[in-house]
Amino acid sequence: MTDVAIAGVPRPGLPPSAGEGREGASYLSAGHTLLSWLTTTDHKRIAILYAVSITIFFFIGGIAIALLRLELVVPHGLFLTSEAYNRLFSLHGIIMVWFFLVPSIPGTMGNFLLPLMIGARDVAFPRLNLLSWYLYVFAAAFAVYALVSGGVDTGWTFYTPFSTNYATGYVIAAAAGVFVSGFSSIATGVNFIATAHMLRAPGMTWFRLPLFVWAMYTVSMVMVLATPVLAMSLLLIIAERAFGLPIFDSARGGDPILFQHLFWFYSHPAVYIMILPAMGVVSEVIPCFARKTIFGYAFMVYALITIAVIGFMVWGHHMFVAGQSPVANLVFSFLSFIVAVPSAIKVFNWTATLHRGSITFEAPMIYALGFVGLFTIGGLTGLFVASVPIDIHATDTYFVIAHFHFIMVGGTVSAYMAGLHFWWPKVTGRMYSEPWARFAAITTFLGFNATFLPQFVMGWIGMPRRYHYYPDIFQPWHVMSSVGALILAVGYILPLVYFGWSLIFGRRAPANPWNATGLEWQTSSPPPKENFHRIPHVDAEPYAYYESGQTSPADGRPSFQPQGRTA
Amino acid sequence: MSDVNAALREPWSDLRRQREGVTVGIWLFIVSEVLFFGTLFLGYGVYRSLYPEAFRIAGAQTEVFYGSVNLLLLLTSSAAMTIAVDASRQEMRRITIICLALTILLGAGFLLCKGLEYRDDIAKGLLPGAYFPLRPPQTQLFWAFYWVMTSVHAIHLATGLVVVGVLASLLWRHTLPIQTPAIQGVATYWHFVDTVWIIIFPLLYLVGRS
Repeated sequence: MTDVAIAGVPRPGLPPSAGEGREGASYLSAGHTLLSWLTTTDHKRIAILYAVSITIFFFIGGIAIALLRLELVVPHGLFLTSEAYNRLFSLHGIIMVWFFLVPSIPGTMGNFLLPLMIGARDVAFPRLNLLSWYLYVFAAAFAVYALVSGGVDTGWTFYTPFSTNYATGYVIAAAAGVFVSGFSSIATGVNFIATAHMLRAPGMTWFRLPLFVWAMYTVSMVMVLATPVLAMSLLLIIAERAFGLPIFDSARGGDPILFQHLFWFYSHPAVYIMILPAMGVVSEVIPCFARKTIFGYAFMVYALITIAVIGFMVWGHHMFVAGQSPVANLVFSFLSFIVAVPSAIKVFNWTATLHRGSITFEAPMIYALGFVGLFTIGGLTGLFVASVPIDIHATDTYFVIAHFHFIMVGGTVSAYMAGLHFWWPKVTGRMYSEPWARFAAITTFLGFNATFLPQFVMGWIGMPRRYHYYPDIFQPWHVMSSVGALILAVGYILPLVYFGWSLIFGRRAPANPWNATGLEWQTSSPPPKENFHRIPHVDAEPYAYYESGQTSPADGRPSFQPQGRTA
Repeated sequence: MSDVNAALREPWSDLRRQREGVTVGIWLFIVSEVLFFGTLFLGYGVYRSLYPEAFRIAGAQTEVFYGSVNLLLLLTSSAAMTIAVDASRQEMRRITIICLALTILLGAGFLLCKGLEYRDDIAKGLLPGAYFPLRPPQTQLFWAFYWVMTSVHAIHLATGLVVVGVLASLLWRHTLPIQTPAIQGVATYWHFVDTVWIIIFPLLYLVGRS
């Protein structure tokens, strides 16, 4: 590629608001009634519908865990019955996994950015996109109502035979809610894959796609392939609980372990449904604030694909103590170690991207750097629990809890916050308060570590998960963890305030406030309803950041060339 | 060709591309469905390999007559659907709508037949539970899969009937142009539901009779 003209090079001479002031109103002014939002097929508006709804569910799940952390400050409980305790941690798990983490980045940033990043006017099936939100929001609201009013005490894993024969509460309703919300995932996945295949702008070849698009593409594959297995597993539980069909009933020859296999065949890839989009976000943020092109673009792509594929072959590591054969344990352990390789490639490449970069610490960058560190700890402790002997010691302890919260909260939620800040000006057309955002980012990072590092320790010395009452020796660790949770809560509530503030009083955002590359920054902030007044033509590689002093190889050509077709 | 433009929707630039998009979308959905049913077939396979004798005893109690008639009905309906798709490509409006109606008729016949079969099954007491007539208890596993497989398939078929019905009425009322890409998508789904029955049929009706 000698003849490299660069798409999206931030050129000093370019007025920052190049996209503004042309014909066509922003997507936000295309209709102001509630009905115009509820019947929209605009991917950008659907993204906002998702953002509002997942935020509500996030705080419901957060309140549940806040009550639990308060309860756990003393060894024998403060104000909850054990039944209420069980229902609260089940509620926290079910909501956070299925109604927050799984749709979080794909539903919001994926919907908003995928068409913008590839230079399309919308996703491939706009009405299916709206349907996916309705499926999600009704299923989630139904399940949350069931969880709050009646309660479920199975944990988020719905293990048989407890869930089928013994559990009290609204297991069927909660499972049905999760079942239906699965179709929302599948619809999103189908839509994103078709969009990435069919609607890329002229010149936007596969290896010119931003890594966020690759992340959306691979995560969609996992959604389409894994979610139906969960759907059927939950359907079988409903069939057994409601109609007495003995699928997993050992009295009549059924095998409860079969449920665990089916459940983890979805739920391990589901971890990758949560982390792949996060990796995509971070891969956008880090090059922008290091002012360097991403290190090893092709390997970043291969790593995403490898993680998505191998992620399907490691589910047995959740079942080392469930009576699997030693051979199966060995194979699953080995494959789990293998999946660490592409993950490590990504961490090394982000680090190499930072190397000799001109780093600035805006809020998205602080969150992104936090992601890299916390994801690394989460990943390395993943290797601990992927080793059979260590896992036998750590199974069902707080060590495992800490491990997966480092991935899901330290990883995914950090990246979600990074992306939220990074693209906030693009989505809303307003700048948020940078000092407050930095403060919140650092608070979150400190609070997160204060919450979960003690859990590693107490898990290692034997504190089991899901226990309401515990021996006194664990109390100091529980208190530290609960204080951390308080700090973390502050870190999560602050953005509500300053984001809300910025919507009304925020400075108007230019089209490209970060001098970032990528087609989404080439249109106005907020973008017009049809995304681009003219479909861009891409003729260069992504992440064309150059350090100051170095000249870009672009020979003064415009960063994208408007071509024939108009709106 | 205003008719063609009526079939074109945002965000597509031309109808050929849109048709490809619909094909990609529906096949991705079917991939997902394959894993959905595949989970059931896997569970069936695990239990049959554990309890072959119980599955033989239980499988002999299914109504092979109804099952076979239903296989015939569905295969014929798929043939009608194929003709409808080809006719729509060549803008033969009347034949398209007649064949879609025929598909609906045959699909409804399937559900009717299935209902009669369910009535007989229930009369024979073949719902798993305390009073299940067959021994050993693992025979109940076979029947658990029978009920789940056939009912999930029937729900898919009923959904297909509604979708084909809506499509046919939209074409009838000229709301959709006859070359709409939707018809190919609907047809692919219909054939998939048919194919699932081709797999279910031997598992439930032939395994106990070998």
